[in-house]
Amino acid sequence: MDCSTDWLNAPESTGTSIMAVEFNGGVVIGADSRSTTGAYIANRVSDKLTKVTDQIYCCRSGSAADTQAIADVVAYHLNFHAMELGEPPLVETGAAVFRELCYNYRDSLVAGILVAGWDRKKGGQVYSIPIGGMCVRQAVSIGGSGSSYVYGYVDANFKPGMDKEECVSFVIKTLSLAMARDGSSGGVVRVGIITPEGVERRVVLGTELPKFYEG
Amino acid sequence: MAMVLAPEIPESGFSFENCKRNADLTKKGFAVPKATKTGTTIVGIIYKDGVILGADTRATEDTTVADKNCMKIHYLAANMYCCGAGTAADTEKTNAMIASQLELHRLNTNRVVPVVTANQMLRQYLFRYQGYIGAALILGGVDNTGPHIYSIFPHGSTDKLPYATMGSGSLAAMAVFESRWKPNLTEEEGKQVVRDAIAAGIFNDLGSGSNVDLCVIRKGSVDYLRTYDEANKKGVRQASYRYPKGTTAVLSTKVKNVVVEEVSVRHIEEMDTSS
Repeated sequence: MDCSTDWLNAPESTGTSIMAVEFNGGVVIGADSRSTTGAYIANRVSDKLTKVTDQIYCCRSGSAADTQAIADVVAYHLNFHAMELGEPPLVETGAAVFRELCYNYRDSLVAGILVAGWDRKKGGQVYSIPIGGMCVRQAVSIGGSGSSYVYGYVDANFKPGMDKEECVSFVIKTLSLAMARDGSSGGVVRVGIITPEGVERRVVLGTELPKFYEG
Repeated sequence: MAMVLAPEIPESGFSFENCKRNADLTKKGFAVPKATKTGTTIVGIIYKDGVILGADTRATEDTTVADKNCMKIHYLAANMYCCGAGTAADTEKTNAMIASQLELHRLNTNRVVPVVTANQMLRQYLFRYQGYIGAALILGGVDNTGPHIYSIFPHGSTDKLPYATMGSGSLAAMAVFESRWKPNLTEEEGKQVVRDAIAAGIFNDLGSGSNVDLCVIRKGSVDYLRTYDEANKKGVRQASYRYPKGTTAVLSTKVKNVVVEEVSVRHIEEMDTSS
C-alpha cells in the first residue's frame, strides 16, 4: 500500500468559474469559491478575487500556486510603479504586467487570469489573459473550467450599457449556471464591484443562489 | 577548478546535479530509494483566545512504521508553530530554515513577527522549488492582529482558514471539523475537537497512528502538549507466558574442545601523532 495519495501531491488548482463585466462607471467581477487538489476540495470558501492595487483586482483560474505568486509579483511591481508615478496605475498597465509574466513563463505556468479595475483614463475595464499569455480587452469575459458551459448564456444575455445592479445580477446568474454544471466549481459566489468610490464586496451563499432547471 | 587564492564557495540551496545520473540509473533498472513520508494527520483551528494545532506521531517508510512517536509540530517562532506533512526531511528542514530567518527578522525589527510574514516566506520558498520540496504545512500563530491559521501546499499555494487539515488523514479529520467546529470555541472544547480530529485520522487512515500531540498558542503564551493523548494504549498481559528454566528436558550433553593449531602474535607499531 502506498500511504501517500495522488491528491496530496497534486497541485492545488482553482478548477474555476470566473467572470468580469464592464459597465458605465466601473466593473463587476465574480468567482466561485472552490479550490481542489485532485478530487478533494481543499478549500470550499476560497477567495479568487485578489487585490492587486486599490482599484485593480484579478480573477484567478488555473494553478493556485502559480496565480497567487503572479498576483504577488504584479502587486509588487504596480505598488512600485505607483510610487514613481505619484498616482494610481492604469488597469491597462496592470494587465500588461500580468501579460508579460504569463507570456514569458508560458511554458512553466498554468494561469488564466482576468484583470479588472477602474482608472481615470478609461473607466471600468476588463482584460482577459488566457493560458498562453495573450491579452485582450473585452466588455464581458468569463474564464476557468466552468466557463465552457455558459458561453451561450453570456452571448445571449449580455447587453451593452447595463447598470451596476443589472451587471451584478448577470454575474451571479451566469456563475450559478456554471457552478451547477461544472464539478470543479461550486460553493458560494463572491462578487466585487469596482467603482471610482471604491470596492464593494458581496457574497451569495450556496443556499441563496438563483435556481434554474434542475431536471 | 579549485584555486588557492579564491576557493570555490559551494552554492547555497539544493543541488540537482545528480538528477540526470539518477534518471539513467533508473532506466537501467536500479530502483529509486523511497523517502520517509509522514503519511500524516495534521490539523489547526482558531478558537476564542488563539489557535490549537494538532498532529499524530507516526512516520512511515513505504508500508513500514519508521518512527512510532515522532514530532510533527515544529517550532517557528515564540508565537508560531507549524505542523508538517509529506516528506519528513523536507518539512523538518524547511521549518528550521524559515525559523532561523524569522528569528533574525524579529531581532532586526524588534517586534513580534506577524504570521503573514512566515506564510509569505514559506510559500515563496516552496514556490521556488516548484513542488519538488514535498512539504504540506499547517501554519498557526498569534500576533498583534490576532490568531491565524494557514494551510500551505507543496507547490506554494496557501489558504487562510479558520480550521484546516492536511496529510493523508485530512479527510477523516475534516469530517470532524465540518460537523463540530464553530466560532469562539473555549480552550477545553477546542482541544477536544482537535483531539477527536487527530483520533479520526489515527483510527481511519493507515498512514497515521500512535499518539496525539497538541500545541495551544494564546497571545503571550504557548502550551506544547506532547503526547496529549495516547490513542493506542498497549494492552497489559494477564499472566506471564515465559517458560521457566528447565522446561525443555536435556536429553544428552557432549562437550567438544576447540583445537588450537597455531598461535601468532604480531606487534603493531604505535602511530606517529607528534606533528
